[in-house]
Amino acid sequence: MNAVALDIQKIRQDFPILHQEVHGYPLVYLDSAATSQKPKSVIEALSRYYLETNANVHRGIHTLSELATSQFEATRSHVAHFIGGVANEEVIYTRGTTESINLVAQAWGDLNIQTGDRIVITEMEHHANFVPWLRLAKRKNAEIVYIPITGDGLLDLAEAEKLITPNTKLVAFTHMSNVLGTINPVGALTELAHKQGALVMVDGAQSVPHLQVDVHELDVDFYAFSAHKMLGPTGVGILYGKQQHLEAMEPYQTGGEMIHMVSFTDVSWADLPWKFEAGTPNIGDVVAFKSALDYLDEISMESIRQHEIEITQYAMDSLKATGVITIYGPEDVSLRGGAVSFVVDGVHSHDLSTILDTQGVAIRAGHHCAQPLHSRLGVNSTSRASFYIYNTLDEVDRLVDAILQARRYFVRG
Amino acid sequence: MSVDNNLDDLYREIILEHYHDPHGRHEIHDADIRNEGKNPLCGDELALEIKLSNGEVEDIAVRCQGCAISVASGSMLTDAVKGKSLEEVKSISTKIKGMLKGEALPEDFDPEDLEALQGIRQFPVRIKCALLAWATLENGIKDYEAGKKETLNNITITSTEE
Ligand SMILES: Cc1ncc(COP(=O)(O)O)c(C=O)c1O
Repeated sequence: MNAVALDIQKIRQDFPILHQEVHGYPLVYLDSAATSQKPKSVIEALSRYYLETNANVHRGIHTLSELATSQFEATRSHVAHFIGGVANEEVIYTRGTTESINLVAQAWGDLNIQTGDRIVITEMEHHANFVPWLRLAKRKNAEIVYIPITGDGLLDLAEAEKLITPNTKLVAFTHMSNVLGTINPVGALTELAHKQGALVMVDGAQSVPHLQVDVHELDVDFYAFSAHKMLGPTGVGILYGKQQHLEAMEPYQTGGEMIHMVSFTDVSWADLPWKFEAGTPNIGDVVAFKSALDYLDEISMESIRQHEIEITQYAMDSLKATGVITIYGPEDVSLRGGAVSFVVDGVHSHDLSTILDTQGVAIRAGHHCAQPLHSRLGVNSTSRASFYIYNTLDEVDRLVDAILQARRYFVRG
Repeated sequence: MSVDNNLDDLYREIILEHYHDPHGRHEIHDADIRNEGKNPLCGDELALEIKLSNGEVEDIAVRCQGCAISVASGSMLTDAVKGKSLEEVKSISTKIKGMLKGEALPEDFDPEDLEALQGIRQFPVRIKCALLAWATLENGIKDYEAGKKETLNNITITSTEE
């Protein structure tokens, strides 16, 4: 499918939440990297599920249970197709990216990381793809090393090649940085890892909502993302894993739903993917997630990317033109997504976001769950504006105006 | 577009003055009380040092890397506690923390510049910014008093994180 220009005004009609005033100003929502807004179709699917279908899955032999099960599994097929046509067995439901990564750190890490092994991650990781590995390394007496970033916020591939040694068992990195916006070269890093016999875990929380992702083509071993950043409900995440790895892993949690047979003395695990889905899952939100995927398919990921390149370029140009703003991350928009972090000279990010909020502009301030990266950048905190399908260039103007107001407020004389 | 009136409550002129030119940013090398505070949610960091003389605060320094509210609060703190006994300091801290949480100040207590921090109540998410300096102060005193039994001039560096 070719990229056609998004009809943003038409899209905005599908997002009721955007049509409200905050402190007397029309809301400008620039925090989609934290969580995206949801179209009416997703909200309606959620309520329809509870109004018409609600029942537990994989259990009852009654009509509603069968309906709920088929809707629950239909989302799985759609996800499998959405990320490049993988097998349904390779798509595990979790609570979110964080749980997907923790699942791998425990269920794969416990079996496969030993004393003296090396885990390679990067300086730009979100805590979700940082802390589980640090903890695993400590638990196993393994070594953890960090691929450094360059001055323009890219991963240093020459260093990566040196750091990924024969004793490396895992290379974990984000596909797109939630702070710098950097889109990492997944294919190249995966090749480096596989050459040394290491597996690859990719944090796709920021990439799947914004880019066409084909996990087969990328050849990664594990890939994690969250529904709530891609128009879906909160509380649903996906772990993709190559079948051979998932087969070899022990379950993450045990209980109902994930067993094949249990006797007083023995137990055998259910087949994939249910082996990793203990207990009653988040059925309603999973069912509604399918409507989010339908929505993204309808407007096409190519068109989304096109729109985000345009708005990101416009935002970076406008912010830079003020002469008082430092932007972090790559300058070249073809190497980055629409999360733009910056510091305004003379205005702390916390004060900035309070002042912007009083003008209806919602951005994020702080370390964005990436403290090590911020210490690497040499700042305590940054401000971040992030864009999605419903954001307009006018909203970028509102952002820049509000920043200049804030600066006049703080920097006098 | 004009900036909201509320904002003028939060960022009162006196707060901006303290922010732009904070008091007590020096270092005290022979401090009796030393503590570092950190607000893990936003990354603000604060170092506090007190030199005591006859049980009173002879000198106090606060160096804060943070937003206007946390910097101004720390600067005002240095003015408020200088020359006071530790008991008086603790009592002031209790009153200011109460004020930030919406309690009325006692009639006979003059908060001076600190009164300007009252506007923060309209911005609940920012109250913790103003509290950072006071929490760091209280923890520092607590550690000092706990350690005093064993050695005088015990220097404790702790963090308010967690
Ligand atoms: C890059 C990245 N990784 C992981 C996460 C964690 O996602 P979640 O909170 O949905 O588990 C986020 C979002 O907060 C993120 O931006």
